[in-house]
Amino acid sequence: MTTAAISPTIAAYASEFAAVRASANSNSSSWLTSLRESAWAEFEKIGFPTTRRGNETWKYTDLGRLDRETFSRSFGEISLAEVKSAAPWSDDWQTAVVVDGKFVAGLSNNLSGAGVSVTELEASAAADEAVIKSALGQVAKVEGNAFVALNTALFSGGVFVNVAAGVETEQPVHIINIVTAGADNRASYPRTLVTAGANSKASVIESFINLSDGPQFVVPVIEVSLGEGSTVTHYRIQLENEKTIHLGTTRTVHPANAVFNSTSFATGPAIGRNDVHTLLAEPGAETTLHGLYITNGKSHQDNEISTTHEKPHGTSHQYYKGILAGKSRAVFSGRVVVKPGAMKTLAEQKDMNLMLSHGAEIDTKPSLEIYADDVKCAHGATAGHVDKNMLFYLMSRGVSRHDAAFMLVAGFAGEIVDEFQPAQVSEFLYKKLETIIPGLDSEGIL
Amino acid sequence: MTSSKTPPSSISRETDLSGMEYRWGFVTDVESDMAPKGLNEDTVRFISAKKNEPEWLLEWRLRAYKHWLKLEANDAEPTWAKVKYPAIDYQDMYYYSAPRSKDAAPKSMDEVDPELLEAFEKLGVPLHERQKLAGVAVDAVFDSVSVATTFADKLEELGIIFCSFNEAVQKHPELVKKYLGSVVPYTDNFFATLNSAVFSDGSFAYIPPGVKCPIELMTYFRINTEGSGQFERTLIVADKGASVSYLEGCTAPVRKTSQLHAAVVELVALDDSEIKYSTVQNWFPGTKEGVGGVYNFVTKRGRADDRAKISWTQVETGSAITWKYPSVILKGDDSVGEFYSVALANNHQQADTGTKMIHMGRNTKSTIVAKGISAGFGQNTYRGQVKIMPGAENATNHTQCDSLLIGDKCGAHTVPYIEVQNPTARLEHEASTSKVSDEQLFYLMQRGISEEEAHHMIITGWSRDVIRELPFEFAMEASQLLKVSLEGAVG
Repeated sequence: MTTAAISPTIAAYASEFAAVRASANSNSSSWLTSLRESAWAEFEKIGFPTTRRGNETWKYTDLGRLDRETFSRSFGEISLAEVKSAAPWSDDWQTAVVVDGKFVAGLSNNLSGAGVSVTELEASAAADEAVIKSALGQVAKVEGNAFVALNTALFSGGVFVNVAAGVETEQPVHIINIVTAGADNRASYPRTLVTAGANSKASVIESFINLSDGPQFVVPVIEVSLGEGSTVTHYRIQLENEKTIHLGTTRTVHPANAVFNSTSFATGPAIGRNDVHTLLAEPGAETTLHGLYITNGKSHQDNEISTTHEKPHGTSHQYYKGILAGKSRAVFSGRVVVKPGAMKTLAEQKDMNLMLSHGAEIDTKPSLEIYADDVKCAHGATAGHVDKNMLFYLMSRGVSRHDAAFMLVAGFAGEIVDEFQPAQVSEFLYKKLETIIPGLDSEGIL
Repeated sequence: MTSSKTPPSSISRETDLSGMEYRWGFVTDVESDMAPKGLNEDTVRFISAKKNEPEWLLEWRLRAYKHWLKLEANDAEPTWAKVKYPAIDYQDMYYYSAPRSKDAAPKSMDEVDPELLEAFEKLGVPLHERQKLAGVAVDAVFDSVSVATTFADKLEELGIIFCSFNEAVQKHPELVKKYLGSVVPYTDNFFATLNSAVFSDGSFAYIPPGVKCPIELMTYFRINTEGSGQFERTLIVADKGASVSYLEGCTAPVRKTSQLHAAVVELVALDDSEIKYSTVQNWFPGTKEGVGGVYNFVTKRGRADDRAKISWTQVETGSAITWKYPSVILKGDDSVGEFYSVALANNHQQADTGTKMIHMGRNTKSTIVAKGISAGFGQNTYRGQVKIMPGAENATNHTQCDSLLIGDKCGAHTVPYIEVQNPTARLEHEASTSKVSDEQLFYLMQRGISEEEAHHMIITGWSRDVIRELPFEFAMEASQLLKVSLEGAVG
């Protein structure tokens, strides 16, 4: 990333940080205050990334809007009924509700489950200092990353999910992040820290729902600190509006035999980014990163998916699928790095795209960097349109052209949607597909 | 201008560097005509004057030189490739070094300097009668000057022009003027711009409409003078319905200093024509410790018009650093582009190579098969781009790139860029990276084949998809080169 000149928009973030700094009182943990300070210093140093020559990680995504538009934090109100109608909900789940980036305990449900506690991160910073201090900002590092830096400096409250060692949960933790209607150019910085004790097993769903129809700036960060032999399953649902910039970051560090599985569903934003990096730091670690992106209109969805294998016997699977329509653009930038000595690594990487319209563009870059010889790594990428033979097969059996096309597109998406658990979540997404897929048919290509 | 006798001594191999088996590492004792070290406007004018070039070409060179100065001032030397090398001092290099002919240019083979011929003899270039048997017409480029072009009479009968670039400028200026820079403009990239300013010679081929070139055209490049850069320029034009197969081979003597090779190759395939371009690149790769060797920074690109086909085949075993992306602009409808490559990086070699397929026309089709072999401390990167422009209806691409790793200190990297702007396109990219399978090795060794031989057999088989695209004589040489280049990498 290159240094940006101090622009009026940067100045707006600076005054926000000044407010955060001023509100820090004697109750605030001093280590958290200094973490925020160093995060802000990093952001001031690097500024927003540009697509300028040589910046590989932002090659296809232009953030010029951030130099022209000002976004700042503000918090709206929402009722529980509105939350329940906007996102999948079950009384059996542990649910944290985050409104415009701020954790709202009053709307949340079942916060203290058996072996899994869900609390406000900032409020827990003193009580759970030992756990939080060693993880927060250590998994999602601010260095070189403007959006992790901005989030770390400015997040309000945050969510802390702590899974006790050896606990295996049946029900998921669901974090519902809602942007409320009523104000434009809101910035929100949802922050989630998950710490999983040794040999524990839990799943976390993150939903990002936008109820406004104006431009917003959503910058979430989730970091997962895994214990040895633990498994965290993560589902990320991003349902954005077409004016919003949504730049999300997911980070994990794996000790021995730790597993992180993540499935993402992303649709909607003017500029969206799903930036995932899993670091397999010790032997026997495993990660599965799957995702579906559906873009239409002028939407732009960037998926920056990377895994680093540092030690032997690691396994990684990256599998993303895209459906593109209108004048939209999607990016898949996959990266697998196998460090020297990381023998017996098994890595797979795949990106498949279905292109429905003239004017849509996919830029896919599945890359491998391998510095160890006893490995098996493979990657693949495809792009194509709805298969005419399949369409014909269905139509010759009396299915209408529209229904046949819908079935094929839904079938393509379904492989990923089916992964969302509990079943209630995948049902929720299938319902969304019923409105999203017909909406893709802007040129009648279906 | 100076003319000096370099290098001072003729030795078959510099013994202090003979740790590795580079068979082509001899230095030939010929007198050279050299421009003084360094690059400035005078160097460009000197080269142009030496070549007796027309005004328009000098102006083109000077425009390129001025553009290059701008690029250099803006630090525009490409840094995105996965290669590391010390900064190049562009002033500490000879930009022109010609074997000094005692009289005028040779009129027949008899007049060619016998020492030169001997040099090519060692290289195995079939420059004399042998080439008729081999059916190869050779344009040999020694340092930067085309030494002798054989078989020209036969080609002339068919109207085929195959000569040194310099000769083409004198005899066929209209063709050169029309096509020079039409595929790789002088503004293209840092190294291509440098080449445009200071290129000294190269090969030129023109195949008239409807003519199928009956023999394979061949250029042999060799860098001889120490501290010199080689900047040759190749331009091949296949007119409507014509076809040609072109071969290119490269070697350089063992030198402790690194040598820069920044060539430009432009292919123009007009409607219904076909150009097949094969390269066996065996520049000096540096010593086992990574000292010296050729920096091979080459821009190669072809333009395929309606129903034309361009096929690149390369076997890259040499060079300390390879930075090379032979590309095809599929401009015409139904045009075809192909890229077949085997790149090997052993010891401290670094290769960042691949291709670009730019689909513009309808029903265009491209195929990429790239094989990378890494051994020792070698770093091998496949970097390729497939771009489907909005108007390229029904374009298809299939890409396969596989990497083999031999030893735990080397690296194999794959960086494909796939950019699709048309929904009717069909693209498939697949790649794999692994070491030579233990089971396969065991199977062969169990039958009494040595480990090294077993590796060679497996690698040859694995590279077959590419090697078989080469003309027969080249295929033998390439297979042999892979074997020699991997000596010592196993066990």
